[in-house]
Amino acid sequence: MQNRFLTAVEQGSMKEKLPKFEIGDTVDVHVRILEGDKERIQIFNGVVIARSGGGTREMFVVRRIVQGEGVERKFPIHSPRIADIVVKRSGKVRRAKLYFLRERSGKAVRLKERFNTGAALADAKAAKAERKAAKVAAKAAKADAKAAAKAEAGK
Amino acid sequence: MRVGLLGRKIGMTQIFQEDGTAVPITVLECGPCTVLQVRTDEVDGYHAVQLGFDDKKRKNATQAERGHAKKVDAEPKRYVKEIRQAGPVDVTAGTTLTVEAFSEIKNVDVTGVSKGRGFSGVMKRHGFRGLRATHGVKRMHRHPGSSGPSADPSRTRKGIRKPGQHGNAQVTVRNLEIVRVDPTNNLLLLRGAVPGPNGGYLTVRQTNKG
Repeated sequence: MQNRFLTAVEQGSMKEKLPKFEIGDTVDVHVRILEGDKERIQIFNGVVIARSGGGTREMFVVRRIVQGEGVERKFPIHSPRIADIVVKRSGKVRRAKLYFLRERSGKAVRLKERFNTGAALADAKAAKAERKAAKVAAKAAKADAKAAAKAEAGK
Repeated sequence: MRVGLLGRKIGMTQIFQEDGTAVPITVLECGPCTVLQVRTDEVDGYHAVQLGFDDKKRKNATQAERGHAKKVDAEPKRYVKEIRQAGPVDVTAGTTLTVEAFSEIKNVDVTGVSKGRGFSGVMKRHGFRGLRATHGVKRMHRHPGSSGPSADPSRTRKGIRKPGQHGNAQVTVRNLEIVRVDPTNNLLLLRGAVPGPNGGYLTVRQTNKG
């Protein structure tokens, strides 16, 4: 068992709310990129083929095909540079590491889609609703800021 | 005064900085330490602060240890070490030092006993490359090879690296950066590795480097 002090230290570096995704899911990874002093978000889309490690060191691997060439990127889940992970499509898979996809090309790379049922469906719906709420809140905040700015200018 | 404390290695992990860089850290449980004695030039011929960390059961302590601790009204300690000082210090015996002592300090030296690896060969102990795996090498794959010239000087020169005891020796890692000080849990987070196993005792001192 891990030491409680070590766990406490790690806790501070971990995200409180981890986006839910599974092996075989096609996801959009939102990566924060610093250009000079400007920050923008780049999206890396692909299939999650592996998860490894635990605690702050947990990583996941996303694979996609770019111009006929397989590209894999490995991300630390808890990194502040990962802004969000959005599940676009769930794949039906039976193993934890999808390394067999590396040997495949063309149509063979596709995974059968898994349609959510029961609890998983409820989870997905909740996640979607939450994302929507966050978006609305962000919009409202923006509008508020705008209004405030306007009021300021009006004075 | 050169600030120093005794502690214990908890283990390694990584934390993220705000900009997303991952920092490899070692977590130490550092203090609270009791000042058991203050060595002075007049009495002892040198200046130092003697610290004790981690209580020992009284039944396991010798009479000498019990008596020494009793002078400052403390329990006998499992790990006792002195921190050498350049001159007289304004610390009195019996006071307790906590990890907050490091809050103003940026870098430290850490001394401990490295993991014992027993009697090891030259490949593990000194990083020799050994002999070839094939091409006629016979049962000599991890051997050191030659240990020097032949008829002249007809002896092995001093200092040739050989197999022997590896590890379980005092090791000091210098100039480790303090990442965070956590006074509530008595934790000290350092960037990089420190000697010894998890749970091993360590002496942490303000660095005298740079």
